[in-house]
Amino acid sequence: MNAPPARFDAKEAGKFFFRQGHPGWLGLRYHNHGENWVELELPWREDLLGEPDRPVLASGPIVSLMDMASGMSIWQSHGTFTPIATLDLRVDYQRAARERSAVFGRVECYRTTRSAAFVRGIAHDGDPLDPVAHIAGVFMTIAKDPRQKSPPARETVKSEGAADD
Amino acid sequence: MTDNRTPALPAYAHSLGIGIHGMEDDVPVLTVRFGPSVEGRPGHFHGGATAGLLENAGYTALRHRLLEEGRSPRLKPINITVQYLSAGKQKQTFARARITRLGRRTANLTVEAWQDDRTRPIASAVMNILMA
Repeated sequence: MNAPPARFDAKEAGKFFFRQGHPGWLGLRYHNHGENWVELELPWREDLLGEPDRPVLASGPIVSLMDMASGMSIWQSHGTFTPIATLDLRVDYQRAARERSAVFGRVECYRTTRSAAFVRGIAHDGDPLDPVAHIAGVFMTIAKDPRQKSPPARETVKSEGAADD
Repeated sequence: MTDNRTPALPAYAHSLGIGIHGMEDDVPVLTVRFGPSVEGRPGHFHGGATAGLLENAGYTALRHRLLEEGRSPRLKPINITVQYLSAGKQKQTFARARITRLGRRTANLTVEAWQDDRTRPIASAVMNILMA
């Protein structure tokens, strides 16, 4: 791999990310992106319900959706696909998502320092002005750790937790 | 280790492969094995799947306690904050909640997830839940 890597593009990256693993299992889809934000879609699925007697989407898949959109907003904002780790993610639920409705997660990376990236965003089910949830998160930008000589070659996908293991 | 006192899990938990490992001091311990449905970075848990396990451990513990008290309110999430402490490896993972405060309208819970070593959790969460 001598050629310089192309600028990160959320739409292109989605084709790879959503093919397998947890995001693939959830059925996440790319929806839209801008310079420092990414919006993904979590399609409605009967088997993601969180309550035995009500057709309400569990909140777990919303965390997955927002975590993934967070990571991609950081890469989109940096322009490169470098290792990051989720440190902290907070979700404030405003209301239940509507039955049989897809949920969209839009996250922007609003600030990056040498070692951290800060994100905020909303989950909505059609109308961004009436969100299902607000989120805020902090990620470590591992590649910019000054103790590291160069970014690890293979570890180019998002992980969780501090990079001390 | 299921009996009629063991709480039921929602569709989302079953679908992700989360089960009840057992009861400890009358608190359910939930577990999930590593597999494609929880994988993020190759060979590691996805943060969303870890959060799903934590959250289910929280709801299950709360529902169980409420049933013991003869209550069965509708549970609505207010918020959850997840701290990722170290990467989740390709290993069976467990989670158990502590009900920090059980009020009339809200419950506050702290949840930890671990793999081999319980004293080194891979993630923790704080949850506020509305009981309507």
